[in-house]
Amino acid sequence: MRVIAAMSGGVDSAVAAARAVDAGHDVTGVHLALSRNPRSYRSGARGCCSIEDAGDARRAADQLGIPFYVWDMSEEFADNVVDDFIAEYTAGRTPNPCLRCNEKIKFAAVLDRALALGFDAVATGHYAQLETAADGTIEMHRAIDMGKDQSYVLGVLTQEQLAHSLFPLGDTTKDVVRAEAARRGIQVATKPDSHDICFIPDGDNAGWLGEKLGPRPGTIVDEDGTVLREHDGAYAFTIGQRRGLRLGIPADDGKPRFVLDIEPVSGTVTVGSRESLVVDALDCIKPLWCGAAPADALDCTVQLRAHGDEHRATVRVSGGDVRVDLHDPASGIAPGQACVIYDGTRVVGSATISRTARVAVS
Amino acid sequence: MNKPEQVAYLDHAATTPMVPEAIAAMAEELARTGNASSLHASGRTARRTVEEARELIAERFGGRPSEVVFCSGGTEANNLAIKGLYWSRLAQDQARNRIVFSSIEHHALLDPVTWLAKHEGAEIDMTPVDATGRILVDELRAAVERDPSTVSAVTTMWANNEMGTIQPIAEVVRIAREHEIPVHSDAVQAAGYVPLDFAASQLDAMTITAHKLGGPVGIGALLFRRELEATPLLHGGGQERDLRSGTLSVPLIAAFAAAVDVTVGRQAETVERIERLRRRLVEGIVRVVPDAIINGDPEPGAEHRLPNIAHVTFPGCEGDAMLMLLDAQGIECSTGSACAAGVPQPSHVLLAMGYDDVAARGSLRFSLGHTSTEADVDRLLEALPAVHQRAQKASLVRGAS
Repeated sequence: MRVIAAMSGGVDSAVAAARAVDAGHDVTGVHLALSRNPRSYRSGARGCCSIEDAGDARRAADQLGIPFYVWDMSEEFADNVVDDFIAEYTAGRTPNPCLRCNEKIKFAAVLDRALALGFDAVATGHYAQLETAADGTIEMHRAIDMGKDQSYVLGVLTQEQLAHSLFPLGDTTKDVVRAEAARRGIQVATKPDSHDICFIPDGDNAGWLGEKLGPRPGTIVDEDGTVLREHDGAYAFTIGQRRGLRLGIPADDGKPRFVLDIEPVSGTVTVGSRESLVVDALDCIKPLWCGAAPADALDCTVQLRAHGDEHRATVRVSGGDVRVDLHDPASGIAPGQACVIYDGTRVVGSATISRTARVAVS
Repeated sequence: MNKPEQVAYLDHAATTPMVPEAIAAMAEELARTGNASSLHASGRTARRTVEEARELIAERFGGRPSEVVFCSGGTEANNLAIKGLYWSRLAQDQARNRIVFSSIEHHALLDPVTWLAKHEGAEIDMTPVDATGRILVDELRAAVERDPSTVSAVTTMWANNEMGTIQPIAEVVRIAREHEIPVHSDAVQAAGYVPLDFAASQLDAMTITAHKLGGPVGIGALLFRRELEATPLLHGGGQERDLRSGTLSVPLIAAFAAAVDVTVGRQAETVERIERLRRRLVEGIVRVVPDAIINGDPEPGAEHRLPNIAHVTFPGCEGDAMLMLLDAQGIECSTGSACAAGVPQPSHVLLAMGYDDVAARGSLRFSLGHTSTEADVDRLLEALPAVHQRAQKASLVRGAS
């Protein structure tokens, strides 16, 4: 196959590209330039955006003896990922930009361009496994290395996208990948992992959003509606957040308080007890199925954030909506987050959480 | 990995293969020891090689030997010319803080000029160009005559590196001369392809570099009029007329001279052959991709355009996609523009010529040289239709996403 290896400059994508070469594919390395101003996005193993990262990716490609180019995806990234991130926060939701990037950039804009240019597939350094079922359906499964498993951020991919995807690292642990990189002489082998949002240089999401959106004052209230203080912008808060609320007056019961709800129009942030954070039902929209949508109620597990726990659940699909009843209640779940649905290790699909329902307190 | 068996190299404007005579001269000198500034016999031998090279280069480009200032290449020569003149003129007269340059200069000139504006308080006047990429002389005249006493220097490249369009240097010189303003020209792309006579041109400074004419990378020269002063950029031993310091590289200088000797010596016949190849190239491109647009000045000749550059816009395509597909088949060309972290930026030259961003991204530069053959051109023409079709498809996909 003719394969585009997306190379971030990090160790995972370099080893993935190397394995694609070893598998006999005709591989071309591509680094995605996601920022118009290459210095503005953070540098790091998965930073994808700095001149240094592009240089590391180029060196790795040189060592593999494959052609290498930089593809400018900065407009697509700004429109589909950065603007979406801002819009979601403005609407009081908590998006995951990595999912969005996979859905709209890596396995859409990049894949489409690759296919148009005569390539057959895109290989990335994501940790997930693909298997072809007896009926020809391509199944995505969790990686062997559960600590590195990235099937959650790939849960948005469709059959068509999976048919043109390669994840050469899914059957390997990170330690083995690092050792392999060292053995292959890939210079990026000692780079640290990065888990932050690549377009927010210092990891200060609230500060970054504040710059983009300006002050949007509102109030913080308790569950009874009593105003506790003013704030400069609801985007500085995330559901489940405990630190940095600066409420001054302690709660009546003296227990810590958490952000329970964010009302985007008024900017009202509601805080309350840990117990009030617990939810056991989710309404989700915009489902994307890895294969067929479940016809009946499906007893399964769901994952609600990257590197989050699995929750046993029953999923029911009606029309374009998905109802998720959690058998293991979850805490601090925000609208906008993705609910990825698993049958064992297999990804069934994903949907965006639109509403959460609290456990009725008896 | 299916590697192409042979390469059709169509990027001679980026760098061109060394002529065998230059390789031989360089190899010979590499084996010899001697600092051209030393007083002993080895030093004298090295000095003799350097001075013979200087004389040959001066003679081939119509300058005097003492006017040849060796340096590391085009970028350094341009920096020395423009910063050196700016600082030295300003030191004599604080009012002279204006630089008149053109909108299509190479980054090696454009960036020092904009740096002077940003960090040294220079006023800069950019001369616009017409749709073929030739400066509008009347605009240059107007810029100079707005207040000639404030102009530090005028600079206009001899031939543009992306389009090949040759600039009206004689007219630029006439305007500058009328007001006794020093005038520089970056002749890096022109050297070896059009006759250059420094004295006859009446330029005060002219940049040339070895690797564009069959010599090695890392050596170039600023031809700089004897009576003129410039503030040096590199201070040290003062080896080159106190304008430039640094131990002279005898092997590079010897190879530079050998390349100049061969290339300028055979210039007339090479140019005729390359012009024929270019005709085959552009006629072929328009035949296989009828909507392709050949940019720049269509007229051949030393007043119009370089014989070796064909700059082509492929509407509805992205240049970098075509470059990649051609590269996969061993056909090497350029998007003709600067890169930032490997991302081709829309060319400032095309934008200055009035092209929009999209057209500017959909262009390729093919450039021929002394080793180019009909077979190279034919390989491109054979590959181009399928490559064009694919790139067009990729561009459509992108527009839709």
